Amino acid sequence: MHFKDLNMGVDKRLAIDLENALLNIDRIAAENIVKKALVDENEDIFKVIDNIISPALESIGYKWEHGDIALSQEYMASKIAEELTSEILPVESSQRTSRAVIGITTLEDQHMLGKQILKALISSMGFNFIDYGSMSIEKIKKKITSDKVEVLFISTLMLNHALRVKEVTEFIEKEKNGTKVIVGGAPFLFDDELWKEVNASAMARTAVEGMHIAQELIGEF
Amino acid sequence: MVNEEMTSMERVLTTLGQEEPDRVPYFLLLTMHGAKELGMSIKEYFSKPEYVAKGQIRMRERYGHDCYYPFYYASLETEAWGGKTIFYEDGPANAGAPFIKSMEDIESLEAPDVWDSPQLLKVLKTTELLKEDSGEDVPIIGVVMSPFSVPPMQLGFSKYFDLMYENHELFNRLMELNTDFCIEWANAQLEAGATAICYFDPISSPTIVPKEMYMETGKQVEQNVISSLNGPAAVHLASGRALPIIDDIADAGASVVCTSATEDLAEVKAACKGRMSVLGNLNGIDMRNWTVETTEYTVREAIDKAAKGGGFILSDNHGEIPYQVPYEVLMAISDAVRKYGNYPINR
Repeated sequence: MHFKDLNMGVDKRLAIDLENALLNIDRIAAENIVKKALVDENEDIFKVIDNIISPALESIGYKWEHGDIALSQEYMASKIAEELTSEILPVESSQRTSRAVIGITTLEDQHMLGKQILKALISSMGFNFIDYGSMSIEKIKKKITSDKVEVLFISTLMLNHALRVKEVTEFIEKEKNGTKVIVGGAPFLFDDELWKEVNASAMARTAVEGMHIAQELIGEF
Repeated sequence: MVNEEMTSMERVLTTLGQEEPDRVPYFLLLTMHGAKELGMSIKEYFSKPEYVAKGQIRMRERYGHDCYYPFYYASLETEAWGGKTIFYEDGPANAGAPFIKSMEDIESLEAPDVWDSPQLLKVLKTTELLKEDSGEDVPIIGVVMSPFSVPPMQLGFSKYFDLMYENHELFNRLMELNTDFCIEWANAQLEAGATAICYFDPISSPTIVPKEMYMETGKQVEQNVISSLNGPAAVHLASGRALPIIDDIADAGASVVCTSATEDLAEVKAACKGRMSVLGNLNGIDMRNWTVETTEYTVREAIDKAAKGGGFILSDNHGEIPYQVPYEVLMAISDAVRKYGNYPINR
């Protein structure tokens, strides 16, 4: 067997082990798997992220999308993964800050859970992100320009907030600053034309799908 | 044969008894639309119990639906605990920042007294006014947030999951506090004139927590509350899926279960096996864009799937119709029920 194939097999097994540890909310087991992966990958952080952490989280996201696991499980798994990734790749690391800026917000919606899961995924995948929380639309407009945000995720639970995404996209179009807007959250799931109505660049049904779309929009894989 | 026309109460009670009334009952669970009806802002509308009562009465005069719904907004309950509410011009009020700032706060937390809470007293007053108006003719649906589902407004969604998974002692204490309050609050509404209690419990849905977690937590809470109520309970998962836990909801003592727009009404009806009636499942978000034709088709389909034999109340799938849903759609729903909902259903 070629060494590469052997290594891929090992990575796949570790990814599956990590996925199971995360779904079992077993932080210690998950931490041990990441440590072992770091040793195996000669301390190459991004190899660990790309080959083990990301596949595990993608599989979890896939299970959530298909109703095989609950939102609470996805949240706890992504939270643990984020904490572990932050230990090996701190938020302020230059390996993050040199990458394209991804912003995430719920606009003025106070419901944060969807954003928390997405933020954990973005962080776990090693990207450079800024969490704008439930910032007002006026502040968001200023921030996406001053921070040079390339992709802005907007996650909302309430229909009235979802409809106000249009104020952001119209601003972006007028200012021609090039920010792409990816929307998600319950209103967009129950009305699959809503993202077009508010002129978003795309709609993501899950955090994992959102990251795929973002990577495609940024041209970074 | 045409059944003699029934009052809304008779229609609903016959339905809950798993028999066929004169026509399918429908619940337009309207809240903020009362503000439009009275030409007020949403915030102003919910400032006085008389406004909400008047709004409910006028809307029923307009649409002819089969219930009064004195529900204000979800975070009203947390105001009684010391939380805040944020109002919007065009959507439901939101809970403000969680009033439980740290897990340790739960240790010293005390439940509010229903009778000492001005916000709760407003709902009771509205309920009394609706009772005066309806007598025994119209069901009045009171609403409570489940002890298991209110914590996102008390301490935040993320921290609540952390608590649920990592701190059983404080989680259990919070459930006890919330349960005692919920029972008191529900029974106060029943005493004020509510016919039944809508038990909002979206966190129990397998969409939100895995079934094994629900079995150890949400279901126990559900049973504790429902068994202590002085009236029937409808378990509403607010767009969440119900099918995987439908037997457990029945075991807990619910009379009615609401189903998500993502579920098939016929499947849910069959799974209830006559133990519970089904409430649902019109897509309240999509409803905003419906044409008269779409509305007719959708209502007819729902009736065809679930209405035979009684045990079905047509409603939306979330428990609150979005502010953006226009008058024309609501009228079209009403017209469609009258057109297709007469028993017997022979199609």
